[in-house]
Amino acid sequence: MSAQAARKKDMELVLDRPQSLKDVPWHFCPGCHHGVIHRLVAEQIDNFGVREKCVAAASVGCSVFLYDYLDIDVLESPHGRALAVATGIKRALPDRFVFTYQGDGDLAAIGTAESIHAANRGENITVIFVNNAVYGMTGGQMAPTTLEGQVTTTSPYGRQADGMGLPIRMAEVMATLEGAAFVTRVAVDSIKNLKKARAAMKRAFEYQIKGWGFSFVEVLASCPTNWKMTPEAANARVGGEMAAYFPLGTYKDKHAPKAD
Amino acid sequence: MAKRVMVKGNEAVAMGAIAAGCRFYFGYPITPQNEIPEYMSAELPKLGGTFIQAESEVASINMVLGAAATGARVMTSSSSPGISLKQEGMSYLCGSEIPAVIVNMSRSGPGLGGIHPSQGDYFQATRGGGHGDYRTLVLAPSTAQENYDLTMLAFDLADKYRNPVMVLGDALLGQIKEPVELKPYRKKPPAKPWALTGCAGRPSQLLKSLYLADGDLTVHNWNLFKKYQKMRQEARHELYRADDAEVILVAFGSVARILRTSVDILRDKGKKVGLLRPVTVYPFPDEAVRAAAQAAGRLMVLELNTGQMVEDVRLAVEGKAPVDFYGCPPGTIPTPEDLAREVEKMWRKGGGR
Amino acid sequence: MYFDTIIAGFGGQGVLFMGNLMAYAAMEAGRQVTFMPVYGVEMRGGTANCTVVISDRQVGSPIVHEPQAAVVMNNPSAEKFGPRVKKNGLLLVNSSLVEEQYVKARTKRILRVPSLQLAQEIGNPRLANMILLGALVELSGVVGVADMVSVLPSALDPRYHKMIPANQAALERGASFAQDNRGAV
Repeated sequence: MSAQAARKKDMELVLDRPQSLKDVPWHFCPGCHHGVIHRLVAEQIDNFGVREKCVAAASVGCSVFLYDYLDIDVLESPHGRALAVATGIKRALPDRFVFTYQGDGDLAAIGTAESIHAANRGENITVIFVNNAVYGMTGGQMAPTTLEGQVTTTSPYGRQADGMGLPIRMAEVMATLEGAAFVTRVAVDSIKNLKKARAAMKRAFEYQIKGWGFSFVEVLASCPTNWKMTPEAANARVGGEMAAYFPLGTYKDKHAPKAD
Repeated sequence: MAKRVMVKGNEAVAMGAIAAGCRFYFGYPITPQNEIPEYMSAELPKLGGTFIQAESEVASINMVLGAAATGARVMTSSSSPGISLKQEGMSYLCGSEIPAVIVNMSRSGPGLGGIHPSQGDYFQATRGGGHGDYRTLVLAPSTAQENYDLTMLAFDLADKYRNPVMVLGDALLGQIKEPVELKPYRKKPPAKPWALTGCAGRPSQLLKSLYLADGDLTVHNWNLFKKYQKMRQEARHELYRADDAEVILVAFGSVARILRTSVDILRDKGKKVGLLRPVTVYPFPDEAVRAAAQAAGRLMVLELNTGQMVEDVRLAVEGKAPVDFYGCPPGTIPTPEDLAREVEKMWRKGGGR
Repeated sequence: MYFDTIIAGFGGQGVLFMGNLMAYAAMEAGRQVTFMPVYGVEMRGGTANCTVVISDRQVGSPIVHEPQAAVVMNNPSAEKFGPRVKKNGLLLVNSSLVEEQYVKARTKRILRVPSLQLAQEIGNPRLANMILLGALVELSGVVGVADMVSVLPSALDPRYHKMIPANQAALERGASFAQDNRGAV
C-alpha cells in the first residue's frame, strides 16, 4: 500500500517502499531472498541519500536484474568481472557510491581473481555477495558454496569433498586480505537476522562513504526452486544447515570503536 | 612544426593516448608492449589520472569497461595472448556500445608462440574476435609517428561510434625508435549523455548487453549493424609509387614499410611496382583495392602470416584480377631484398593463385 | 641522402646506446631516422645489435640485410655481419676483442680500431663503444662528432650526465683515430 493510499484510509504508515526501489513486481521465484536483499540495499541508498550518486555494477546470474528494481545508474558486467568493472567506475568517479551485487558463482568461482584483487587493492567499493549455494539462473548447477552432500544438476550424487572440494567460505577468505576493511556474513531468514543484516548493510555503506575502503557483506540466502524445497523449508535451511557451515558474524571491522 | 622527440613505438602510442585526453589506463604486463604500461604508470599520476596494473588481462579490460562507462577516455594495451583474454570484454564493450581504445602490439602464436613481430592476429582483430556478431574499428600504423597519430584518432573514432577501436601494431612497431612529432590534440571530445555518472537531475540509466525480451535483441543487432555500415566511411589507405604500376603490392603495418623499400629496389631495376597500404584494416579499404586492381591489373599481397588479409583483398577484387600471396610466418623478419626477390618470383610465374 | 648501419656486439658493450645516440643526432640534424634494436632470443644468445637508418626521405624498411656500414664489437658479430656489409661499404672492427680469423668481408674498406687501448689512453676503458662510434661518425660523414656531443644530454640518463665530458673525449678520440687512418679505408 502506498503512503498516499494509507493516508486516505487514515491509517498510520509504518513501512513504505524505499524511494530507490522501483514500483514494479518482482520476477523472482516464490521464497527467493533476492527481493529482500534488494530492499535492504535500497533502504541504505535512501538512508545515506546517495541514490543520485550511485553507479552499481550488476553481475551475471539472477542478480543481473538489479537494474529492473533499483532506480539508479547501473552497468552490466560480464560474468565474474563486477569488481573489475566497479574498480574502473570508482577510479573514474571517486566521489560516487559504487557497489556490486553478485552471486556465489560470479564472485567465488569465475570471478575469484577479480574479487580477491579488488579487495587486496583496498578499492573503496561495497560488495553485496549473495550466497545461496547454487547457480540459480542457469538451472541449479553446483556452486563453489554448494554444501557437502547437496544434490545439484551437476552434482547429482551430492557434492563430494573428494574431487569437488568443500564449499569456500568467502567472508573468511576476504578477511585475510589486508585491503579488506569490513567483512561480515549475515542471513535474511528471520526477523532477528534481518535486523542484523540491515545493520551490516548500513555499516558497509558507511565504510565507503567515509572512505574507509573495501566493504564486503556476504548474505546467506535461499533458492527454493533449485534446492527443490518449499519456501519455508528453504528458509529454515539458511539459518540451519547453511549458517552451521558459514558462521554468521563480523570477520573484520577495521574502524570498530575501541573497547576501553 | 611541433616538437620532435626520439621515442620507442610503444611510447609513441602512450603519448598519443595522453595527448588525446586519456587519463585511465588498465593493463597487465606482456612483451613486447611493456613500454606502454611503464610510460602510463609514470605519467598518468602526474596528470591526476589513474594507472592500474590489474591481476590479468581479463580484469584490465573490465576495468576499461567500468571507467569508460562513466564517459572517460580509457585505454588498455597488450599483445596477442593477452588480447585473446580481452576478447570477452571487447564483446561487452561492443554490445553495450561503450567506447574505448585497445592496443595490440601483436607477437607470434599460436599459443605462447614467441615475441617476434607477427600479423597472425589479423583475423582476430578484423572479425570481431570475441563472441557475437560485432565489429571493432582497427587502425594499423606503420611508423612510430603513426602510432602516435592513429592512437589519437582511435579515441575520436571510438567516441564517434560508441564502439571500441583497436590499434593493431606488432613487435617491430613497438620496439622501433623514431622521431615523433608531438602534434597537439585540438578537438573537443563529444558530450556523452549516455554515460553513467549517477542519476542527479535525470532519470537513472543503464548500459547493458543483455536483451531477453521478445525481439529486442534482433532490433539491437540491426542497430549495431547499421552502425558498422556507417563505420565503412572511415576506410583509409595510402598509395606509394602506384600511379603507373603494373603490379601493386598490398600490405599493412610493419611489412608495408619494409615493402616500401622493396618497391624502391624494384623500381631501380625498372620494375613498375607500387604499394597500397590499408591504414584501416577494418573497415577494409575495398574500393581502393578494387581500383588498384583495375588500374594495375595485378595485385600481390604480402603478410607476416600464412595468409589472412589476402582473403579481404580477394573479396574486394571479386576475381577480376589475379591476386598472388607471399607469407612470412613469424621467426625471422624479412628484409626488403628478400621481399623484392619474392615479388619478382611471383611476377615471373604469372598471375593468380 | 641515405645511410644505414648495423652495430653489433655483446649485450652490455653499449651497442644499443651507440645506435641511439646516432639516431638522436640525426633527428636533431633534421633527418628522418629509424633505430631498430634486436632483442630477445638473439640477445640472450650473446649478441645484441641494432640497425640505424638515416635518410632525408621517409624511412621505409627499418631492417637492413646488407648495410653500408657495420661496427662489429665481438667475434660472433664479426662473423655474422662482416660478410653482409656492402661490397664498397665500411666495416669497423673492434680489434681489441675481435680475433683476426673472424674478420671476413666482401668490402676492402675495413678499419681495425683498438678501442680498448684508445679508451684507456683517455682514461676511461669503459668508453670503448664511444671510440668506435666516433670513428664511424667521422668516416661515414652522416652526422658530425659535434652533433653527437650536443645530443648527449638528451640521450644519456641524467644519472650519467657527469660522464658527458668523458663521452665527448672518447668520441673525439675515435674520430681522430679514424682521420689518421682514413687512407686505409
